[in-house]
Amino acid sequence: MLFTLIFRNAFRHRLRTLLTITGLTVAILAFGLLSTVISAWYAGAEGASGARLITRNAISLIFPLPLNYREKIRQIDGVRSVSLANWFGGVYKEPKNFFPQFAVEPESYLGIYTEYRLTDEERREFLHDRKGCIVGAKLARTYGFKVGDTITLQGRIFPGNWDFVIRGIYTGRDAKTDVSQMLFHWDYLNETLKQRSPGRANAVGVYIAEIAEQGRAAEISRAIDAQFRNSNAETLTETDRAFQLGFVSRTESIVVAIRIVSYLVIFIILAVMANTMAMTVRERSAEYATLKALGFGPAFLVLLIYGESLAIAAIGGGIGIAATFPAAAAFAKTLGKFFPVFEVSNTTVALQVLWALAVGLVSAFFPARRAARVKIVDGLRSIG
Amino acid sequence: MSELPASPLVSLRDIVKTYHRGQQTVPVLGGITFDIDAGEFLALMGPSGSGKSTLLNLIAGIDRPDSGQLVIGGVDIGVLDEAELADWRAQNVGFIFQFYNLMPVLSALENVELPLLLKDMTRRERRERALLALEMVGLADRAEHAPSELSGGQQQRVAIARALITDPTLIVADEPTGDLDRESANDILHLMQRLNDEIGKTIVMVTHDSRAAGHAHAIMHLEKGELSGREEVRV
Repeated sequence: MLFTLIFRNAFRHRLRTLLTITGLTVAILAFGLLSTVISAWYAGAEGASGARLITRNAISLIFPLPLNYREKIRQIDGVRSVSLANWFGGVYKEPKNFFPQFAVEPESYLGIYTEYRLTDEERREFLHDRKGCIVGAKLARTYGFKVGDTITLQGRIFPGNWDFVIRGIYTGRDAKTDVSQMLFHWDYLNETLKQRSPGRANAVGVYIAEIAEQGRAAEISRAIDAQFRNSNAETLTETDRAFQLGFVSRTESIVVAIRIVSYLVIFIILAVMANTMAMTVRERSAEYATLKALGFGPAFLVLLIYGESLAIAAIGGGIGIAATFPAAAAFAKTLGKFFPVFEVSNTTVALQVLWALAVGLVSAFFPARRAARVKIVDGLRSIG
Repeated sequence: MSELPASPLVSLRDIVKTYHRGQQTVPVLGGITFDIDAGEFLALMGPSGSGKSTLLNLIAGIDRPDSGQLVIGGVDIGVLDEAELADWRAQNVGFIFQFYNLMPVLSALENVELPLLLKDMTRRERRERALLALEMVGLADRAEHAPSELSGGQQQRVAIARALITDPTLIVADEPTGDLDRESANDILHLMQRLNDEIGKTIVMVTHDSRAAGHAHAIMHLEKGELSGREEVRV
């Protein structure tokens, strides 16, 4: 009977309830999408390992480091292996077809970035072909790349046309792994540069050091930087995660704005829902007074009002959460190349549940308090 | 049905009630004293503002006097706290309101069943008892109808069934025929008279209508918050 009363009351003013549910659905959906955008922003950093150190030129990332640093870094205590990478920055066919490309030392790089998964055959083929490259599964899907395809990139940082043969399509160890990149042989870049512009050869963008103990990351970083202090190319070493966060921090204000908007949306629906519940309770003063006269205590009325508010919040929130997944998939399809990882996380869903619940609870607070406190004779007087 | 306590069932001693409107104090009842016997059908009459509805509210335990003693069925209800008073109402008072005050989202049967939620009963027991109450008021065939699908007279019958369902000691009715046409009003008054005559329910009814009051045993007249006389109508 209690649930009957709650649900029938909830849908007594169908239009009002449906509009409130629609508002709540949109708010929870918007919150979920915006939270997913924020998560996507940090995805690179979240997927980064604390056991990897990135060493770059202390002045700026755009200045290279000498090739001979590799051996010196390898000899530092605590460093297990060292690889290197250069940002390539080419475009595929048209400028709009941009995706991340890195020239890497394949064997050591794949040894450190174990989250990139290739079959043994693909790995072998890639390692043996200097013009070979591997692409992430998402990138392959986006451009229809297949193993064996030859693709040509127009270099923007390293001018000219660059041909590559796709030797493998890597997948990620988990959802946080970036599978929208292209990796190719640093030797191919370097040997070509020796011919085209010798002055730019033997230059490295970043060194990646794998360390044995994550707890020593700060100490080893300091040791690497100390090694090159007062040299022509001083270094700045930080963990992979800090390095990735450094990129995110440049756009921090956008992230903050998105976060504020996502909470504003919740606040607005909270106000709408609170108004709906307040109107509802005001209209039903005589009914609540009647229930009290019949012997029902304030707790029963509080239960009715909270039940109704939570039922509306649960329906709106539930539809909003369910709609987040297809909406996120459509969003990723349209804007996927800006966000290598665009997945609705469990944390986002948990927050959506929490906010829907909070909207239901907070909206009912004042109306329930009013109904619980109203004098029976005053409530009955509001009729007729 | 429950056994009735020894007379008088309701005992009011020097009941005073005032209302406050802003800074203004409005005296409503000025020291009312009288008794109502068990099994009595009493009508309270008086002009608007005479305090009859306030007096009914006090007897029903939905309002409290400023001073005086109100003993019903041997219980001094003035000393009960809110929760005890709510529990007392659930056990002892059946309400009939002028505008029926049914829950519009519940069927006639569910409305009658509602007070039984406060009793330790199974759903089946509640249903059976509610159907029986609806049969008593002649509405068993309308059990599944919503209040909006019933006429005013039928809605008031449902309200009477709801008032009866807990087998209360006392039934209070505030202008029970005030919103009904003459024919429906007569039906309701005959039904109330039957409850009084056949199952001995004590009924206190507020009314403006002298024809309605004619169904009671006695009429208590109020004027400006004071009792102005008692008139025996029906033996």
